[in-house]
Amino acid sequence: MCLAIPGKLIEIETHPSGIRMGKANFGGIVKHVCLEYTPDAKVHDYVLVHVGFALSTIDEAEAARTYDLLKEMSQLQELDVPEIREVMSGDP
Amino acid sequence: MKFLDEYRDEALATKVVDEIRRTVTRPWVLMEVCGGQTHTIVKYGIDRLLPNQIELVHGPGCPVCVTPLEMIDKAHTIAQRPDVIFCSFGDMLRVPGSDADLLVLKSRGADIRVVYSPIDCLKIARANPDKKVVFFAIGFETTAPANAMSVWQARKQKIKNFSILVSHVLVPPAIGSILQSPLNRVQGFLGPGHVCTIMGYREYEPIAERFRVPIVITGFEPTDILQGALMAIQQLEAGIHEVQNQYVRVVQRDGNRVAQDLVNKVFEVCDRKWRGVGSIPKSGYRLRHEFHEYDAELLFNVKELDTQESSTCISGLVLRGVKKPRDCPAFGKQCTPEHPLGATMVSAEGACAAYYAYGRHLEATNGLRNS
Repeated sequence: MCLAIPGKLIEIETHPSGIRMGKANFGGIVKHVCLEYTPDAKVHDYVLVHVGFALSTIDEAEAARTYDLLKEMSQLQELDVPEIREVMSGDP
Repeated sequence: MKFLDEYRDEALATKVVDEIRRTVTRPWVLMEVCGGQTHTIVKYGIDRLLPNQIELVHGPGCPVCVTPLEMIDKAHTIAQRPDVIFCSFGDMLRVPGSDADLLVLKSRGADIRVVYSPIDCLKIARANPDKKVVFFAIGFETTAPANAMSVWQARKQKIKNFSILVSHVLVPPAIGSILQSPLNRVQGFLGPGHVCTIMGYREYEPIAERFRVPIVITGFEPTDILQGALMAIQQLEAGIHEVQNQYVRVVQRDGNRVAQDLVNKVFEVCDRKWRGVGSIPKSGYRLRHEFHEYDAELLFNVKELDTQESSTCISGLVLRGVKKPRDCPAFGKQCTPEHPLGATMVSAEGACAAYYAYGRHLEATNGLRNS
């Protein structure tokens, strides 16, 4: 459960609350990622992501190796958990 | 059992295994700390590629496994309240409490949701102002920054209907506890790569020094683990006991200072009970006093619950590297991933569940030393 999944940053945005967020592409699945702990990460960088938080930036070769290994080990299921959409009322 | 030619880095793996064979002159016991590493080792049969003198034992580094039964029962008590939306990582859903698991409670009508990230709970809280949203904050140091940020942001965004049930544990005190046990067999450690991505490895240096054990911070690929084992064995054979970093591609000595800072603002170190092991001093995190309004344990005032663990289960000994899953008479018989008796079978990263997943309960015992 401490595994972190590499993804490519495709967008950086500052959430209205002030939190530094971005979008990362994980082998075709795009998810929001919190970038508060990687203040230097830029678009096109590869980041190592654990439960929606980028923990560090890594190089492209490392990202590709790690992603392939996690896929081989069937350790990418957490990417299938849908993100919660921002809804102001009712059930998300 | 896997063979070297199934590795993506066949040439490198062969080279490292050969180097290990050349280096070893006597028996050594190594422990990998992290559940992810255990999973890699069992899946690829790495323990069986190593020379017979090298025994790999599996450590306590699966946070789902070591979450105490009392804490799971507390989670279930809170999750069943009609005013609560209970959020959890998917790994916790099938972990049985004394009565049921979270999936069963959901089928009975409890509002239980799997989230990808603790930060998603804030969105659920904003969308459901009439409900109390509780997140089951389990994990090691790797997960602490994410859980800390959820509370930090809840306060910043003035979200009042969000809290976390904290069951956070720390690796270095667990290593210390293993080494202090009179039953200890472990002579060297493969340290947890992603925990150290956050924490760095300075805090492992006094442990290596005090107990005279090599600790090699190691990655998660089969070749990482082989290289980590080689580095530990080289130290043992040379009588050296240092912290070394095999996972230099990702880990730095100081770790991620930004993340550490926020973790320290939100959490403080406390004693924690580990399932199968018992209480370890200063081995976990709790919320600091100024964040008590986000502490689900206080908010819902769940009283201490009496729990009964299986008397057959030897998971405590497995978690400390004293026994292997196949030493347990219940392994693969009364105890399976569908009906786990204890810590090391409740999550796929537990040693018993990994052995089961890769068919080791079906193998004959004789002739396999590293079983």
